[in-house]
Amino acid sequence: MSDADATPLLALDHAEKRYGAVRALREGTLAIRPGEVRALLGENGAGKSTVVKVLGGVTQPDAGRLLVDGEEAVFHSPTDARDAGIAVIYQEPTLFPDLSVAENIAMGRHPLGALRRIDRKALHREAAELLQRLGVRLDAERPVRGLSIADQQVVEIAKALSFDARVLIMDEPTAALSGPEVARLFGVVRTLQERGAGILFISHRLEEVFAICQTVTVMRDGAVVSDEPTAGLTEDDLVRRMVGRDLDALFPKTVAEIGAPLLSVKRLTREGVFTDVSFEVRAGEIVALAGLVGAGRSEVARAIFGVDKADGGHVEVQGRQLPNGRPTAAMAAGVAFVPEDRRQQGLVMDLSIKRNATITSLARLTRLGLIGGKAERIMAEDWAQRLQLKFHSLNDSVGTLSGGNQQKVVLAKWLSTEPKVLIVDEPTRGIDVGTKAEVHRLLSDLAGQGLAILMISSELPEVLGMADRVLVMHEGRITGEIPRGEADEERIMRAATGRTQAAAA
Amino acid sequence: MSAQADTAPGVTPAPSESGAEARRLTDIVFRVRELGIVGALALLIAVTAILEPRFLNADSLRNLALNAAIFAILAAGQTLVLITRNVDLSVSSVLALSAFMAGTLLSDHPSLPIPIVFLLGMGLGAAAGSLNGFLVTYGRVPALVVTLGTLYALRGVAFLWTDGRQVNAETLPDSFLNIGTGSILGIPTLALIALVVVLIVGQYLRDFRSGRELYAIGSSPEAARLAGVRTGRRVFSAFVMAGALAGLGGVLFTARFGTVDATAGSGYEFTVIAAAVVGGVTINGGSGSVYGAAIGALLLGTITSSLIVLKVDAFWQQAAIGTLLIVAIAFDRWIGLRLDAALRQRSARRAG
Repeated sequence: MSDADATPLLALDHAEKRYGAVRALREGTLAIRPGEVRALLGENGAGKSTVVKVLGGVTQPDAGRLLVDGEEAVFHSPTDARDAGIAVIYQEPTLFPDLSVAENIAMGRHPLGALRRIDRKALHREAAELLQRLGVRLDAERPVRGLSIADQQVVEIAKALSFDARVLIMDEPTAALSGPEVARLFGVVRTLQERGAGILFISHRLEEVFAICQTVTVMRDGAVVSDEPTAGLTEDDLVRRMVGRDLDALFPKTVAEIGAPLLSVKRLTREGVFTDVSFEVRAGEIVALAGLVGAGRSEVARAIFGVDKADGGHVEVQGRQLPNGRPTAAMAAGVAFVPEDRRQQGLVMDLSIKRNATITSLARLTRLGLIGGKAERIMAEDWAQRLQLKFHSLNDSVGTLSGGNQQKVVLAKWLSTEPKVLIVDEPTRGIDVGTKAEVHRLLSDLAGQGLAILMISSELPEVLGMADRVLVMHEGRITGEIPRGEADEERIMRAATGRTQAAAA
Repeated sequence: MSAQADTAPGVTPAPSESGAEARRLTDIVFRVRELGIVGALALLIAVTAILEPRFLNADSLRNLALNAAIFAILAAGQTLVLITRNVDLSVSSVLALSAFMAGTLLSDHPSLPIPIVFLLGMGLGAAAGSLNGFLVTYGRVPALVVTLGTLYALRGVAFLWTDGRQVNAETLPDSFLNIGTGSILGIPTLALIALVVVLIVGQYLRDFRSGRELYAIGSSPEAARLAGVRTGRRVFSAFVMAGALAGLGGVLFTARFGTVDATAGSGYEFTVIAAAVVGGVTINGGSGSVYGAAIGALLLGTITSSLIVLKVDAFWQQAAIGTLLIVAIAFDRWIGLRLDAALRQRSARRAG
């Protein structure tokens, strides 16, 4: 077991990291000792992933120290971290789709035979042994392309275990795993622990934290706020440390009159991605689509908007069926879609704020085939004011804005089309707390004006604070429909992990 | 829906079985990828031979092998670069420089040992490749732009250097020219050299860590970085190797044709990329083999020859190659989509 006085294998001392205007990490102090399983908790955006990136050598802290065995160290790259015996399992699988499972596990460390040639037999045997140790029956020689998220996560874990790591960092490794897979992972974690490795474990499932962690570090808004043994704590204690503020104050949900259904999704299916998804969103209603990463929520949104083609089922807006796979038809019918990744899909980063905000309304600004410059400016100014956009000049490229203000431009771009149905995917990801509240207030106001809003969110407080109704997805199916009054974290998590039979209509 | 119908509810099929199934499926697809092009080659030869039986005599087969040899070597180099999700357009200009250097060296110093000439040619190519590699990896300029630039710049250097002169076969030693035109046991020497190069590069890509890392980089640059692959160094080395092979191609060009001027090899870059792509090397990196690329070079050469044999207008030859390229890419994409869908459904069935 861990010894509180032992020299930490890996530690951060007052580390700071900022991305542009956002301080992702304000105060990172953390130590991982031999034989210790430490939990790192915090809401999304609290800075956990930044800590993981710093410890894994992906980014370098702006200030503070990184210590390996008590000695100050600098990781210039993930290779440096790996050479120091640190294995990291990232939240999103980072695999090579074209290569075999075995090669994904062994990349850069292939077993070698004569003349430094790769020993393919040993490569496949070692991978098969690792997978067996994890208790999964995956063919080591098949390509990774086409594996489910859970299987990809298993490959990630096998990759991390394939070299004798002294420190294992796991960023939500269990999010996509089923019960028995989690149990086997924990078995492996305990074996590593007995061998004196240190483990940092990030999870949103508090019962898992109590099951395998001896110590827990809680982060909030980029800073470590507590560091203590798990023994003696309750789940409520941890939640209080994580949230640290009043939920109602953060989510200014106003009551809106619920009208007729504007968006009806009927038995929508995309094979292998999501199956038989049906629901309605009414005027004035905010419906949250909750679930774990990889449950198929964003994919449903993409299919509704027509970016991806559905294999079965259909979508109706105000009772009229949308043609399959045609975003322009969806836009014409009054659907607006704010995608998850605003940098890649929501904005043209090199264009100005003005151009980005008006790009969806060009038809209305055009006379005789030419865009009216004045009309364009007036429109952009109007939206900038309505959304309280903080900017220097409307002609600046949108890339110069902070994350929150970028998101406002994306919203302006879609709201200027005067939509009836608004689909927002992770509307506040990577946005600081203050702007978050503004985005929430805006969504709430829009619902009040009679829009039907479908909000995909991985942040449970946001879901609970904003939604009139919560739909929960698990592995491509809707596994729960919970009205606002009955929604709580536990019920949502239970449905999101597939531990409920209460299927939605 | 269909994913559910195959298995009774609650019964999970043995996962290893579905894994093996998926593997069998991809095995077939990958075999099809290279089989398809071998089939196309066989069909082309068969049709031409039926229409014009003389096409199959020893001389014309020798010519097929000779024509394809230099392209196969260049395509091997191009494959190294394409696999990393980059491209090298400058190969033809590198070839010209190396060809002219080899020609002038041997004209001026006929006693110079031939292996030295080969080493110098490859060294010159490697130097050009390291310029490309440096600009791509450290300058962070897209390979398309960098190598388009060096394609023109190095061709310009070739014009300045040759200054209107040309190397002629009569000034070159016979022992050198024999490499380009002679045979060993009835097989053209040039074709044997190409075969050896392709096999070496093929083995490198298949059986060595750094070779596998090239695939990893092309498949997912971000994952490669996180896996500790030194992506910059690897991409740099791919460009150097491609450059060295273009240099080798240049020396062989001189040995084969004897006559070299500043325009040597003009337009080869697109033929080489076309050969690799037709041979199943994806332009997006991460997959394809040097063997496929080499067969692709053979196929393109054979098309040209058979169109000549069949007395088809030269203008149609270009159109035929273009069509083949588009068909190959469309076929590749179609296979890819089918494979994706099949793997997706198999995983879904297993989960369901």
